[in-house]
Order: sequence, then structure tokens, then C-alpha cells
Amino acid sequence: MANEPNLLQLEDVTKVYRMGDVEVHALRGVSFAVAEGEFVAIMGASGSGKSTLMNIIGCLDRPTSGRYLLAGEDVSGLDRDALAEKRSRTLGFVFQNFNLLSRTSAIENVELPLLYAGAHTRERHERAHAALERVGLAERIHHHPNQMSGGQQQRVAIARALVSNPKVILADEPTGNLDSVTSVEVMALFQELRDSGITVVLVTHEPDIARYAARVVVMKDGKLQSDVRQEPQRAVPAPAEAAVGGES
Amino acid sequence: MNPLQTLRVAIRALLRNKMRSFLTTLGIIIGVSAVIAMVAIGEGAKAMVEQSFAAMGSNLLIILPGTTTAGGQHGGFGSMPTLTWDDLKAIQTEVPSVKYAAAQLRTVAQIVSEDQNWSTGVYGTSPEYFAIRDWPVAQGAPMSESDAEGGSKIVLLGQTVVDKLFGANTNPIGQLVRINNTPFQVQAVLAAKGQSPMGQDYDDAAFIPLKTFQTKIQGGLHQFISGVIFVGATSPAGTVRAEKQIRSLLRDRHHLAAGTDDDFSIRNLTELASAREQGTNTLTTLLASIAAVSLLVGGIGIMNIMLVSVTERTREIGVRMAVGAKPRNILAQFLVEALTLSFAGGLIGVVLGLVAAQWLAARFHWPMLIRPDIIVISVVFSALVGVIFGIYPARKASRLDPIEALRFE
Repeated sequence: MANEPNLLQLEDVTKVYRMGDVEVHALRGVSFAVAEGEFVAIMGASGSGKSTLMNIIGCLDRPTSGRYLLAGEDVSGLDRDALAEKRSRTLGFVFQNFNLLSRTSAIENVELPLLYAGAHTRERHERAHAALERVGLAERIHHHPNQMSGGQQQRVAIARALVSNPKVILADEPTGNLDSVTSVEVMALFQELRDSGITVVLVTHEPDIARYAARVVVMKDGKLQSDVRQEPQRAVPAPAEAAVGGES
Repeated sequence: MNPLQTLRVAIRALLRNKMRSFLTTLGIIIGVSAVIAMVAIGEGAKAMVEQSFAAMGSNLLIILPGTTTAGGQHGGFGSMPTLTWDDLKAIQTEVPSVKYAAAQLRTVAQIVSEDQNWSTGVYGTSPEYFAIRDWPVAQGAPMSESDAEGGSKIVLLGQTVVDKLFGANTNPIGQLVRINNTPFQVQAVLAAKGQSPMGQDYDDAAFIPLKTFQTKIQGGLHQFISGVIFVGATSPAGTVRAEKQIRSLLRDRHHLAAGTDDDFSIRNLTELASAREQGTNTLTTLLASIAAVSLLVGGIGIMNIMLVSVTERTREIGVRMAVGAKPRNILAQFLVEALTLSFAGGLIGVVLGLVAAQWLAARFHWPMLIRPDIIVISVVFSALVGVIFGIYPARKASRLDPIEALRFE
């Protein structure tokens, strides 16, 4: 594994914010790497720097110092346009509060990344449809977010992250707004994605959720505290899923 | 992302908030329709003025005899006959820029038909007069040279007089009417001419040959013309030249020393018309600029709402950026939204403006005058307003930090 190029590689990454006169050291020299096909959970208390780390991995932010290699390419010095390009081609995001566009159908939400990737209307539609099918929402492509349950909304968000065939899916507290049953469903979906070869990096503060990952990285005070590989627990959705589907 | 996709995204975003989008465009709608309606009003007023001046005659000069001073009292122009028939002949023959000249003698008399009577202006004149005033006959035969010279007892009636004496839609040709107890045969009905710039009805008049007027109405021949002289210049530009030449000719003929006042006056109707036209042009410009200001205010309204929209949709912008939108995609989206609003407002405004102009034209019996250039200009201007006032909110949106935007509550 050491000879394989890592998909994500951070080398002594620091991040310093200025808040007025105060300098906040969000990251104090983080080095770690994620190989292709890994399922990593990043844990830590709030203020530990895990969100900052996630933003840098997600090309939403740039490190103050250090290097970040995404698929072998140093992206730490890229400008906003180039970072947007990386997000569009390589990364998919899933958020705690879903962040779907309101008053916009599921399929249009899922098509969004393809719009900026420059796909044609027909291709967008077909790929979005396929992605929604993959997350089990083929029946609800014209539903609006307010007509769907939290679990369904998060699955739409996952479909949106999937649709551009990213190498990595980054999930920031994806189960934070979901009940435990729905959380298991969503984690099962992430495991499925990992099984199909997509790298999944997940931020969570719930140990219950981190159990489903094959590797758990714990952050503390802007540094890595531990980095443990484990046998992941299989997420088995409860048979109640049909009931969730019928909620709306 | 191609422009068409950007447009589609923008339109979809606007349709998500239909009421607000409509209210945002309201300023532009009102502005554009006001510009179009105002210009139509101005053009209509101008056309009215032009029409009424054209009805007076083309390239027209009117020469009035002089004033009297009796016992310290100044009489007005025309109170003292100073123009002679020889003056008229001299104007006709000696001034090159004069095409026609004709005397017009006037009195007010009762005209009596078989069962009606009507008091109207009776004019004695010669055939050239009708050429000067561009006044053809609608029915019957025009006044001929032999009528004028021979003193025949024929009369040409204006449309209003015909209506009063014989009723509308009748043919009075050949009928007899009496003016001051003298019978006249109706030879023609003159084409309807409408109102003068001062509101006088041109068609309320009867015309008889000059000679007849002098013998039957005024009584006796005089050396002086107890009326005015109508002059038709060769061209609109020629009126100024004709005025000058006639003035020096008459001063010469009347033996007026340098420095003394004219004992006649010349009115240049073409000049008066162009002055009036300038007045209405100023009015049009004024109305249009007020309307343009409302367009500007409409633009500021768009900027206002777009700024609110950017703030309200901060999360949306964050999501779009997270899934790969570049700053310029966001800039384009908001700019196109502003442009779409203002352009749509412009188009709706054009339609409303045309409807308003049509209504006003019908209401005030104006000619309906739509200037295509104004339509194009106001639509382009409103689109421009959209772009200019859309730039600031759009830039603001495109410069948002995606992390901050995603976290925005």
C-alpha cells in the first residue's frame, strides 16, 4: 500500500485564521493520507479542527502552510476557479443539513453539479435519474425537499454528491439531523458506495457512526491524536425503510 | 456552462419567487410604459400643431395693413387701410420668392338658404387664395379667374356652413343662397379643413369672388385693400426671404423713411409653426426625461431586491459553489437574473405603453404616433439598467466564501 499513490495526501498542513487581533490556529501541522477506496471517519470535539480539515480536503479552503495533494496533484496553491474545477470533477459533498435547493425538485437538485461540469441537458437528466435510482429514490424524482423526509432528503444529497462520478465523497456530520434508524440507512448507503470503489471521508462526533468506517482518525487541538484501522460494522437497515418511504 | 443554461438557471430561480420577481420589474414596467406613452403624447401634440398649421396653408405669409393713431389712441393692425391694389400687384410681379399673392376681404354676414340661415365670415378673394391655402373643393368647381374678374354671383361654402344651411350629407351645388339680400349660386363645397391653431373653425366660411365682394357686399371700389394679403412663398425656407423682400418693397412703395415704423405687418406662419414645434419638442423631451428618471428608479429597485436576494440565497450560493460553480458562474447567474427582470419588465412596459398611447390617442382624438426608435431605445435602456444595477449584487454573490456561505443561517 505504501507504494500506491495516495488519493488524498496532507503534508504538515496548518491553517491560521485571523479573528480581529487574535490568531486562531485551527490546524497545527497535520499529516495524513487516504488511499483510494478507504472509508475514513474523522472524529473530534468541536473546535478540534476537524471541520477545517474537511474544508481543506474538500478544496473549499486553502492551507496556510504545508502541501495538500489530491490524486497526486498539489492543490494547496490553486485559485478559486481551479479549486471549483477540482470540486466539480473529483469531490462530492454531503452536509449535515442536506443543503438542497428549496422549491426545486429532487432531480434538479441532483443535476446541479453536472450543470457546472458542462453536461448537456439530456445527459444531465439521465445521470441524475441513475443517481437517484442508486439511492433508492427513483419514484420521487419530482418531489421537492419539503415533500420528503430527512432521510430521503439526505439520500437526494448523496445522489447529488454521486452524480458527477467523484473519486471522493466528503460527508460532514451526514447523520447529525437524522434519527438512529435513518442514520443506519444512510450509513449503509455510504458502505455501498465504498464497496463500489468510492473513497468516503466522514466527519462525525458520534462513535456509533464511526463504527461503520474502516479507519477512525481522531483530531484534538488542531492535531491528529490517533489514527486507528478497525473492522467496520456492517450497517443493516431496519425493515422499517418502507415506512420511511411512505411518510410523505 | 453556456449562456443558455445560465439563462435557464436564472429564469428558474426567478420563477421560484414569482410575486417578488413581478414586483421587482414593476419599476421598469412603469418606467418604460411611461416613456413610450409620454413620447406618444408629445408626438401626437406635435402632429396636431403641424396639422393645424398645415391647414392654414403652406409657406404662408399674411400681410396686414397698418395701425392708426387717433387722439392718442393706438388702433391695432388693420385698423387703417394702408395696402393698395397696386401694392398687391407689385408683390405678385416684383418679388421672386413669392409664388402666389391674393387679397382677402372679410365681413360677417347672414347667409340664408331656403329654410335656414347662418351668420358666418364671408370672404372676397381670388382663385390664387385657394392655392396658397392648399384648399381644394370637395364638390363642384373651383373659383375661376373669370369668376373673380367678372364679378359673378357664385359662392364657395365651407363644410360647416353647408351643414348648417342644408344639413349634413346633402349636395347643395346649384342651390341659391342669399347674402345681404343678394342671391348667390352655390358653385362648390370646400374640403373640410378642421381647426386653426387657435381653435377657430376654418370650415365656417363662405367665399365669393373679389369683384363681387366689392360691388355687392362692401359697395364701391377703393384704392386701398380693406383686408389682408395672403402670400404663398416658393418654399418653406423662402418665407423668410419673401418676408424681407416684401417689407423693403412696401416700405419703398409707401415712401417710409429709414427709422420710421412699418405701416403694415407681416406674419410668417411657417416661423410660427416651427416655434410651436420646438415648444412641443421641448415638452416631449421633458416628459420623456421624467419617465426616464422613473426607469432609473426602477433600476435601483432591481438592485435593491437583488441584494436582498443574494443575502437570502447565501446558502444556495454556497451549495452551488461546493458542487463546482466557479465565481464567474455565480456572477453570470445573478447578472442574468437582473437582466432578465429588467428586459422582461421592458417588454411588458412596451406593451402597456402602447396600450396607454392608443387609449390616450383615442381619448383626445390625436393621431396615434408610435416611434419605433423610442421602443427600441427604452427596451435597450432598461436592459442596460438591469446590467448596471445587477453588477453590484452579482459581484457580491460571486465573492462569497463558500464555507461562510454554507454556514449562513
